[in-house]
Amino acid sequence: MPQEEEEITGKAVDRHLIKRLLGYVRPYRWTVTAATVAAALQSATQIVGPYLNKVVIDRYLFPNPSANSLLGRYLPADAFRGVATVGVIYLVTLAVGFVLDFAQTYAMQRVGQHTMYDLRRELFAHLQRLPISFFDKNPAGRLVTRVTNDVEMLNDTISTALVALFDDCFVLTMIIVVMIGFNWQLSLITLGVMPAIFVATHYFRKAVRESYRRIRLLVARINVFLQEHITGMAVVQVFNREQLAYEQFRGINQEHCDAWIRAVVAYAVYYPVVEFLSILAVAMVLWFGGLRVMHGDVTIGIVFAFIQYVQRFFRPIQDLSDKYNTLQSAMASSERIFTLLDAPVTLESPGRPAAMPPALGRIEFDHVWFAYRDEEWVLRDVSFVVEPGSSLAIVGHTGAGKTTMTSLLLRFYDVQRGRILLDGVDIRELELHELRRRFGIVLQDPYLFTGSIADNIRMDDPALTDERVRAAERDANLADFLETLPEGDATLLRERGNGLSTGQKQLVNFARALAANPSILILDEATASVDTETELKIRGALARMMSHRTSILIAHRLSTIQRADLILVLHKGVLREQGTHQELLHQRGIYWRLYRLQYKDQELAEVES
Amino acid sequence: MKRELLQLLWPYLRRYRLRLAGGMLILLVNTGVFVLIPFIIHLAIDDLGHGLTSAKLLKYCLMLMGTVTARAILNYYQRLILITISRLIEFDLRNDLLAKVETLSLGFFQQYRTGDLMARAVNDLNAVRNMLGPGIMYSAQAVVLFVYVVTILWRQDPVLTLIAFVPAPFVSISVQWFGKRIHERFERIQSMFSNLATRVEENVSGLRLVRAYAREAVEEAKFDELNRDYVQRNLKLVLLSGAFDPLLQFLLGVSYVLVLWFGGRAVLEHQITIGGYAAFNLYMAQMAFPMIAMGYVINLVQRGAASLERLREVLRQEPAIADGAATDRGVRAVRGEIEFRNLHFRYGNQEVVHGINLHIRPGQTVALVGPTGSGKSTLVSLIPRLYDAEPGMVLIDGRPIGEIPLSVLRRGIGLVPQETFLFSDTLRANIAFGRPDATDEQVQTAADIASLSRDVADFPEGYRTRVGERGLTLSGGQKQRTALARAVLRDANILILDDALASVDTITEERILEQLETVMRGRTTLLISHRISTVRNADFIVVLDHGRIVEQGTHAELIGLGGAYASLYEKQLLEEELARVE
Repeated sequence: MPQEEEEITGKAVDRHLIKRLLGYVRPYRWTVTAATVAAALQSATQIVGPYLNKVVIDRYLFPNPSANSLLGRYLPADAFRGVATVGVIYLVTLAVGFVLDFAQTYAMQRVGQHTMYDLRRELFAHLQRLPISFFDKNPAGRLVTRVTNDVEMLNDTISTALVALFDDCFVLTMIIVVMIGFNWQLSLITLGVMPAIFVATHYFRKAVRESYRRIRLLVARINVFLQEHITGMAVVQVFNREQLAYEQFRGINQEHCDAWIRAVVAYAVYYPVVEFLSILAVAMVLWFGGLRVMHGDVTIGIVFAFIQYVQRFFRPIQDLSDKYNTLQSAMASSERIFTLLDAPVTLESPGRPAAMPPALGRIEFDHVWFAYRDEEWVLRDVSFVVEPGSSLAIVGHTGAGKTTMTSLLLRFYDVQRGRILLDGVDIRELELHELRRRFGIVLQDPYLFTGSIADNIRMDDPALTDERVRAAERDANLADFLETLPEGDATLLRERGNGLSTGQKQLVNFARALAANPSILILDEATASVDTETELKIRGALARMMSHRTSILIAHRLSTIQRADLILVLHKGVLREQGTHQELLHQRGIYWRLYRLQYKDQELAEVES
Repeated sequence: MKRELLQLLWPYLRRYRLRLAGGMLILLVNTGVFVLIPFIIHLAIDDLGHGLTSAKLLKYCLMLMGTVTARAILNYYQRLILITISRLIEFDLRNDLLAKVETLSLGFFQQYRTGDLMARAVNDLNAVRNMLGPGIMYSAQAVVLFVYVVTILWRQDPVLTLIAFVPAPFVSISVQWFGKRIHERFERIQSMFSNLATRVEENVSGLRLVRAYAREAVEEAKFDELNRDYVQRNLKLVLLSGAFDPLLQFLLGVSYVLVLWFGGRAVLEHQITIGGYAAFNLYMAQMAFPMIAMGYVINLVQRGAASLERLREVLRQEPAIADGAATDRGVRAVRGEIEFRNLHFRYGNQEVVHGINLHIRPGQTVALVGPTGSGKSTLVSLIPRLYDAEPGMVLIDGRPIGEIPLSVLRRGIGLVPQETFLFSDTLRANIAFGRPDATDEQVQTAADIASLSRDVADFPEGYRTRVGERGLTLSGGQKQRTALARAVLRDANILILDDALASVDTITEERILEQLETVMRGRTTLLISHRISTVRNADFIVVLDHGRIVEQGTHAELIGLGGAYASLYEKQLLEEELARVE
């Protein structure tokens, strides 16, 4: 969370970031060029109104022989026809401006949207290749923000802010050029208010930014408070906390209201100040312009055009400082995006993978050492062999390294020392997807994707026939449940399979593992989170699932463990005992002690009853 | 807007009627000052053409400065007063919304999801506030300015006035039309955006499965589809939003063209002066904003009314469970006798408890055992009246539960709910949740009993440590023990532990049960658990299945019976002991 809240302090312009960003815009460079040209032309049409007014006034309405203009030469001498001609010119200019404006906006938005699409695609694809260890360190929420909000922020910059920035600069430049063309002394005087607007806007932004920061914080607090108190309303009511909770909420709410009123004050000061400055500029034009009109070196048309131009100054100037902030946060976003894209893919398929060995299901751990971090060994020198078609059970307390062993087998991580062999080949020499396809896996917490139940079983494998899916449903004892659903396995699941019980979800996961018809089945505490009823169903399915294939069980239920062909007892990352149930009992070690305790209690129960 | 909605708003508006009146008065004067500005320029420009003296020029400039100074002051107060009112009403409404929600019972919260209620309290309220703040201010401003400007211009040249205002309705209509459609498309895009986020989140959360089943390419293809749709949808919005601003500029521009064209003719025909021509232009510039604002305000009001309707839906709810005519105000405390008399209970149309008879005497410890969905939690939720059964089916201290004032009843209950719920506050505040006046010693004692104090010693700030959002993340067991301490500190005659130790390991559980014994002595205790070890020492154990009592008796009796309880016991011994060794 703190990562997301982080205030943007970065530079608005970072050469390296911009260069890299431009790389994404490059495919659309001609569109960008065209849009920029359109923006320049469009801004010319924006300032034409006051100019035409000046022409009309000086030539027809209050004729001034000293006034000459570029356009004037081509206009008819007759006043009525002249005014009409200028009117038509004005109208045409507006229409052209409309077309250019729209074309330019749409073109830039297209560029922004396509760039965004490209970036998202690249980010998502990169996420599919990053090693699992990367996700151990980066929470899902943060990664989601990178792909969604950060990219969106960049889009805003590319398609809106940059164009507006150009636009504002063009308009300002044009106004200044035209004004200087009219009268440079008068221009200098009126331009004098510009710094004042900059200063006022700067202080206003600062005040408002501070208020908004506080408001965001308080809105978050209101949200947290509501979320907690609505979800926990039963607790609030049973503990008679209604009054206190109300007062607490009122307090936060009051702060929120106060923060807003501070922002309202900032606006209430800023708008009048800007208007004051704008009319101040008008008064200066009137004063200095008026004096010059009396001297005869400035026309009434020019004074009026100046009055109109001065008022058009303000919006671009206000915009400019706004855009600076957008640029700043876009830079921060792009930095975060690129950091993610630069995260190295450390675990890949070998360049020239070995041929896949025939799918027998033989597993060998050969002096395997593994640590998630540095030298904190999770597995120390583990060696064992599982023969094809046999079952392996792993026993050990939480953190003993049981799940790590299955993760290594699927090559979610690479071992530091030793090697793991699948059907006689080091798994690091095999193509990653082919390797993983050999396994079917069921984890402790069943996971379902949005889509239908059948989609979840099929896992989008087009090679899976409907018959195979049906068979898997039957074998996983899921069919009974599916029959109770009006739409059977076509039933759409809500997010994360909400609406199904944990047991039902786990059965779907079992069916998924079966449908893939793997040569090795991994059940990682697969029955730990289900109720007794489902467990019985699963147990029934288990025998069927385990025949004809190698299976690896991590479980607490002794009944399943007892029947395994090979039992491994892991303790603090060391393989302490291995053998069959009988052999281990003979060893009189950890396993034996486990068993004896259980035996003693059964005896006790009999005595009590 | 519908009458009910105005009725809902009226008391809030009434509360600030003096400010509202003051703000409107300022608005009237302020707008009047505003229209003086073009008028001064009008005079100045006319004089420019006909022999102006510098003294006169100075007078005009000073008049301008005086006007704009007055305007700045009035503008400040207008905005401050009128916008602040909407913030205050937002504040009042949000408080009232919470106060209302606090009186509603669990049934309501099953109907309205948390996210939905939050959206009403934040987003909908925001829309209502926009309607009351900028909505009222801009529309009033637009109307007043329109009246002033038209009056002034009409006196100069009625025909030219009519011509100049030809584009005005088009501006308002297109603002309203575009605003509405852009908003709709935008909302749809927002929901697609959240789909996109959900897709990424799902992919990252289900990462191991995606990798294990080698589904990366498919995932990419699925994401690509959403990504593409999202971009397409955005471009469709751009088609509208990209045309909107240029169209507006064009329409506003047309009124300048009309003024130039017909105003120019009027000057030539000596209908108006050159100053009048300039003023016409300046007045049209002043009118640009009101023309836009009218369309904008229509959308604000539409959205605000829809949101207000959604707020009303919550505000008009009547609490289903509250004190009523049957309530006996004389009851000051509960002793702890609980009786279910031929209890039937249904959620909606589904009956989940079928004819339960159970009498628990004060001070007894009773355990409820049974599979998920057997009705255990339902039974205990009837005691603090989180749900109500038919009158006469639940009795406390020998009288129908409805006769006891709700607050008295609940004060007599210490509950540890099945789903542990803590608040983002300090650990101390969470423990003292039901007893805000508790001393440090009392908090400490409760934490001791719940076996929490040893964990607290390791926390950075002890009992002052914040937990939950932006605080320390507690383990499931620590959370449950905090909830237990909270219930213990409540010092109530009825203690209900609804599967309260499920996340606590067995060794700690044993220790807690031992310490709880002193607390449970003299209090009625209801224990729900899946674990035999938790319930074996209860005075009697009730085994429920599908909403019926199937067995009851002491631990030894039930083991002797050899039924459901006994088989559950055997099954668990195995697992528990295994877990204990490791």
